[in-house]
Amino acid sequence: MSKFSKKNKAKPEISTASLPDIIFMLLFFFMVVTVLRDASLKVNVTTPQATELDKLEKKSLVNYLYIGTPTEENQAAAGTKPRLQLGDKFATTADIPLFLENHRIKVDERQRGLITSSLRIDKDVTMGIVTDVKTALRKAGQFKVNYSAKPKQS
Amino acid sequence: MAKKSAKDRMSNEINAGSMADIAFLLLIFFLVTTTIVEDKGVLVRLPPWSEEPPEVLKFKTRNVYSILVNANNDLLVRGEPTRLEDLKEGVMEFIMNPNRREDYAESSVDAIVSLKNDRGTKYETYLAVYNEVTAAYNTLNDREAQRRFGKDYDNLTIEQKKQVRELIPKKLSEAEPSNFGEE
Repeated sequence: MSKFSKKNKAKPEISTASLPDIIFMLLFFFMVVTVLRDASLKVNVTTPQATELDKLEKKSLVNYLYIGTPTEENQAAAGTKPRLQLGDKFATTADIPLFLENHRIKVDERQRGLITSSLRIDKDVTMGIVTDVKTALRKAGQFKVNYSAKPKQS
Repeated sequence: MAKKSAKDRMSNEINAGSMADIAFLLLIFFLVTTTIVEDKGVLVRLPPWSEEPPEVLKFKTRNVYSILVNANNDLLVRGEPTRLEDLKEGVMEFIMNPNRREDYAESSVDAIVSLKNDRGTKYETYLAVYNEVTAAYNTLNDREAQRRFGKDYDNLTIEQKKQVRELIPKKLSEAEPSNFGEE
């Protein structure tokens, strides 16, 4: 009896050899389901809710336009009126064609027709600036547009 | 000497104990720098821009379903104040016209939904209206697909989708917004 219990005490180690594999699995999971945060937001954007949603498929074919009121730390420089943000800086509608072109040249030629502009617009913004941006997009020949929205809980 | 090095090689194992820590570090790095995908939205196709004023097309009044949204986010549908909740039903009834009403669309092919808002309209309201109209069309598409093929619209083949779309084309016209209420 005493011999038996002694032997048990001698090897109490759990093998940790598979731990890295488990963590790697977690890592790959997160790498797949997430996208790199490409721009820090300088405007407040709370997208509205909607029911008829389409998913944006290929991240490389999407460019993002943000519209909202500047965040508190940017209000001194940019004011409190709703502004447009392209990439990581404030912009006006005149900058849209160049922004689109910069994205377009990075995309494979055959897929350029599939480029979608994702408009991430704060729900409290009025339609004036939205209309201006839409007009600029139309003038620049970018017709595929996605109004970003959250699924509605019902 | 040779014997010793051989012995060394035998007991040489890479210590994998720190592998987990390295992987953890990578994991935390990705957690911090990424956002979980929540990219969904209402897909829209904008019309091309042209400098010339659009030619005036005459439609029969009964074929046009006009929705006006003012700067106070109130809806006016064909001259009647309407609640947002009733919009979808209204659009669906207008397009299909099941009771053959004189003032509703002649057929689903002729039906046009016209949307006009003000520059002071809240974006939330605009998108809600757009969403309701899209929902109406999607529901009708689904219904037609069920009736013809016994499947939901999303599960149809491209050819079948085309047939459904030809019967219920999505004709949504957006007018240039008025400018009364922009601050």
